[in-house]
Amino acid sequence: MIVYKRPEALSKVPMHYCPGCTHGIVHRLVAEVIDELGIEADTVGVAPVGCAVFAYNYFECDFIEASHGRAPAVATGIKRTHPDKIVFTYQGDGDLAAIGTAETVHASARGENITIIFINNTNYGMTGGQMAPTTMPGQVTTTSPYGRQKMIQGNPIHVCEMLSTLDGVAYAERVAVNSVVNVRKAKKAIKKAFQNQIDKKGLSIVEVLSTCPTNWGMSPTDALKFVDEKMIPFYPLGVYVDRNAMGGEQSDK
Amino acid sequence: MAKVLIKGNEAVAEAAIRSGCKYYFGYPITPQTEIAEYMAKKMPKVGGLCLQAESEVAAINMVYGASASGVRVMTSSSSPGISLKSEGVSYIVGCDLPCVILNVQRGGPGLGGIQPSQSDYYQATKALGHGDMQLFVLAPSSVQEMAQLTADAFGVADKYRMPVLILADGALGQMMEPVDFDALHFTPEPEKPWAVNGHAGKRKKNIITSLFLKPEELESNILEREKKYKTVRENEVRFENYMCDDADIVIVSFGITARISKAAVNEARKKGIKAGLLRPITLSPFPTDELYRLSGSASAFLSVELNMGQMVNDVKLAVQCRKPVHFYGRTGGSLMSSEDVLEQIIKISGGLL
Amino acid sequence: MTNKMILAGFGGQGILFLGKKLASAGMENDLNVTWLPSYGPEQRGGTCNCSVILSDTDISSPIIGSPDTLVAFNIQSYEKFMPRITPGGVLFADSTLIDKRPERTDISAYFIPATQIANDLGYPKLVNVVMLGYLIKKTAVFERDYMRSYLTDSLPESKAALREANGKAFDAGYGYEG
Repeated sequence: MIVYKRPEALSKVPMHYCPGCTHGIVHRLVAEVIDELGIEADTVGVAPVGCAVFAYNYFECDFIEASHGRAPAVATGIKRTHPDKIVFTYQGDGDLAAIGTAETVHASARGENITIIFINNTNYGMTGGQMAPTTMPGQVTTTSPYGRQKMIQGNPIHVCEMLSTLDGVAYAERVAVNSVVNVRKAKKAIKKAFQNQIDKKGLSIVEVLSTCPTNWGMSPTDALKFVDEKMIPFYPLGVYVDRNAMGGEQSDK
Repeated sequence: MAKVLIKGNEAVAEAAIRSGCKYYFGYPITPQTEIAEYMAKKMPKVGGLCLQAESEVAAINMVYGASASGVRVMTSSSSPGISLKSEGVSYIVGCDLPCVILNVQRGGPGLGGIQPSQSDYYQATKALGHGDMQLFVLAPSSVQEMAQLTADAFGVADKYRMPVLILADGALGQMMEPVDFDALHFTPEPEKPWAVNGHAGKRKKNIITSLFLKPEELESNILEREKKYKTVRENEVRFENYMCDDADIVIVSFGITARISKAAVNEARKKGIKAGLLRPITLSPFPTDELYRLSGSASAFLSVELNMGQMVNDVKLAVQCRKPVHFYGRTGGSLMSSEDVLEQIIKISGGLL
Repeated sequence: MTNKMILAGFGGQGILFLGKKLASAGMENDLNVTWLPSYGPEQRGGTCNCSVILSDTDISSPIIGSPDTLVAFNIQSYEKFMPRITPGGVLFADSTLIDKRPERTDISAYFIPATQIANDLGYPKLVNVVMLGYLIKKTAVFERDYMRSYLTDSLPESKAALREANGKAFDAGYGYEG
């Protein structure tokens, strides 16, 4: 018999996320993985600045709130002093790919043995829908009101593609949570990203294409459609690097 | 072991390791790079870690994470790099975490120079980060004190769960003096039940955050911290009173300039001028009460600094207009000589007599 | 007694080492000592100097405006620091590399072809030790026997050849008549 219940690692508190936002799904997937791997007691989460700023209220493991973009550096500080603990960051696109680019790239290059859950919803949700480093060409946001134009706002960043060039990254996969099938794939990726850390393989990042119905000005169902029709073609799903699977050398620490 | 001849920067690093600090995160910048080099050499031998970060910003956030997970940790930099750290310092304060930060000051603003300076006094004592916050600031004036105050800094940081800034300068960092490491005293590291390092199924989860969206929650958080600052002000003020009690002219000076001023005081005494030196060892908390007390007996104060007049305003606040407060300073990396300070003393005493 | 010394020359002439030896010998003799190197971009481009202060009273500042003693190992250092020597002070200079002589008459000037002597001995790297021997002879900073054994004893016994070389270089400097 299958009983649908709240994962143990997920706190019994209502979340503050908007209706139709997929943060809730991703939180649940992370919590399920923590349960299944039995690592809650040894896990420390690092929350970002962004919509997931209160992530520390939603998980039962220890948690710390980082300043904007610095989560990979904070995670480095925890992991390097407690190599036997499981450390993960949960970051949005502005946090990880704009203000925190240096921390992201260098934690990746060093091959920090941490797990990064990266939410890409193509805009700054918490501050009300401004342009993000992942905002797509032509996409309208409050700070690209005429659509993102290459000559004015420049080009977006493809995070998984970029990070997969770095030797320290053990695993980078882009997933989506816009359908049951994709949610299942997302969970598998998240689990692998945590298992890699247990196996001391280096940095693992899972980029999750997410919705932001409120700031996109869409209904939750239209937002899911937007992911399918606009985002996935621009940000293709899949494994960008899996150095272990390819038999590549891990960075030597 | 007898005394060793060692650079100020290296003395800090060695004292930190002996204090039980096994983790150092930093970024190279003149004139404090020897610390990272010393740490890189020594940390692996004590089972510790020295990690060169991609930036000062990353380094202080690594310190933030490490401190939050319950270990003794430090970083160091020089003026421009300390500015970069200010964001992380504010978070560390906001989360009531202990850590030790060393600023081996050089001249500013901007890229400035690399020679000794005390022009980050305001930054250190007033605003090394946004928000209602204070740091504990120690000002060594010899290499031996660089070592001892580093050891003290870890104790104070853990006791009050607050960052301690050691405010040195390029001369103190680069110069060698004899240090007796066996004479150092240390404070053992306390238990840290608040740390985020996995609840191990034995306690409720710990959360470390500086975010309080409700004004009343943030206010009460700040008020709690203010109580702590009050205790610190009542118990932790440190200074050296050198011949101040019968002095007509009290020089107030810290760090490298306090040594120069002390020589000037000795010369002035030989000339029959009753001068004294009040050397703050803690810049925050500031020895306000002692200065107020001395304002009853002294005729004038002279603040001697390597800047355009920063600490002098704290001296004025302490003296409360009871006596004139003068200022003498050099900036940009030049030091004054003891003769220069003596000249100021003579000038002031001429005005008095 | 306070002796403010500036030692200056090219990188590679062992100037910082010489300064440290003098400072640590001072420490061993219960003097207050400071040693301060030039640092930053100044140390690029080959020039190098350090300031050493030996004193039986507290040392206020490690930075020296006017040295009591200048030890110059190249012409640039000679030109930069010689005019700043305190009246009554002492100049030591490597005459192999410095062909000028001071016009000042208010200082004692001692010239020794230290580079030449070190090369002749077959120890071109021990210019600094040759100079040290000469310095000890002409000034009474430290006793000859003390300084010589302090120098050689600080080298590990496993490096007997190096000990011997340092001793010889020191003796050559000390024995120089000039």
